[in-house]
Amino acid sequence: MSEMRRVTAICNGTAIDHIPSGHALQVLKMLRLNVGRSNPISMVMNVPSGKMGRKDVLKIEDRELNQEELDRLALIAPKASVAIIRNYGVAEKRTIELGSELINIVKCSFSNCITQNNREPLPHKLKVISSEPMEVRCSYCGRNQNVDEMVDYII
Amino acid sequence: MGDLITMDDLTNEEIIQILDAANTLLPIARGEAYLPLLQGKVLGNLFFENSTRTRMSFETAMKRLGGEVLNLSTIGSSVAKGETLYDTMQMVDGYSDIAVIRHPRQGAAQYSADAVNIPILNAGDGAGNHPTQTMLDLFTIREAHGSLEGLNVMMVGDLRYGRTTHSLSHALVRFGAKLTLVSPKSLKMPIEIVSDLKSHGAEINETEEMISSISSADVIYMTRIQKERFPDEDEYNKVADVYKLDASDLVEAKNEMIIMHPLPRVNELHPNVDSTEHAKYFQQAFNGVPTRMALLCRGLGIEVPKKVK
Repeated sequence: MSEMRRVTAICNGTAIDHIPSGHALQVLKMLRLNVGRSNPISMVMNVPSGKMGRKDVLKIEDRELNQEELDRLALIAPKASVAIIRNYGVAEKRTIELGSELINIVKCSFSNCITQNNREPLPHKLKVISSEPMEVRCSYCGRNQNVDEMVDYII
Repeated sequence: MGDLITMDDLTNEEIIQILDAANTLLPIARGEAYLPLLQGKVLGNLFFENSTRTRMSFETAMKRLGGEVLNLSTIGSSVAKGETLYDTMQMVDGYSDIAVIRHPRQGAAQYSADAVNIPILNAGDGAGNHPTQTMLDLFTIREAHGSLEGLNVMMVGDLRYGRTTHSLSHALVRFGAKLTLVSPKSLKMPIEIVSDLKSHGAEINETEEMISSISSADVIYMTRIQKERFPDEDEYNKVADVYKLDASDLVEAKNEMIIMHPLPRVNELHPNVDSTEHAKYFQQAFNGVPTRMALLCRGLGIEVPKKVK
């Protein structure tokens, strides 16, 4: 049985496969799908994967995630594969790209950074110094961010 | 264009050009000649945090070159009413041609540069950077040693919060300096800076002990342990007086070794050092004037002539 089939196939929506094992909840948070009344979501966690050993899978019904939303995932699931599903079939495959700068996706965590004043209107900007290992730095204060904790600073 | 936020904004070649321009401007800085290169220009001097030397030397630099200065301090301005930095900067953008900013929050200078069109010179952002200080430090080092290349430099004290050492170390390794970083464990140079310095191929030695490195140093850069950056006084008291340089510590020092300090000092540099040949910190403070003149000219796109009568 394909691991994608542990949950029912969806008619329309987005399927995100190859999420690092245990990170599906963070992905939902990153996509801001963890709050309010959202679309039906199926989640599979820690299932065997040929490529990754173990992985998580998410299926989001009736919602096609756009590229900007997907690029947020680069921080925690850079190798995830994304399929847009229409009428039970894969209509489009999308790739996740880690840009050179993250604008208004995550806040700098440093308590003395100028961006900590929420009334300051300019966008939060973090520079990607390297992707493997992931190294991300605030474009204003220059502090390196703790990549594991960045999910707590999502805007 | 003319912003100076971190030393990364300047190439080595530009650093040398600015130091040369500062050297040319020395007679103007001393008041021996007058050259109104910046006549009709207005500098916004924005100090959201205390300053003596930086603020005064920028003001002198501007005035000696015929320019005008607007001063803003947080006391008595709308900053105290909770105005955002963004809004304050919009005013400054309208009232001046170039601005110098010192702010307790890290990243404030880059933020200001993003917020306005006029050139911004970072005069210290929290524990971040202080590149105009670095330029006057480099001027002082070159004045004493004739070159910036391949020096043995000790930095002593608060390397964690000490923004002057952050900017200076970045600049020095680009000229092949070997750095000895002397600090208590709790005040070590931030890891991202050490990692950047090493990526430039710098030889870096981190230690808690000061005395044994003195004999091989070309420059000793002392810094104050900054009480105002500590979250509580007990933590400060643990490290307050760990390094005290006294004239008697200098017997084995090289003759040409110089001692620098961004000032103000507390106990880390005994006044008996002042009368030694090594002491350059008051000269260093004066050097802020010609260096900042050259930086104001760069920021405003005004060329400094090769010779001044």
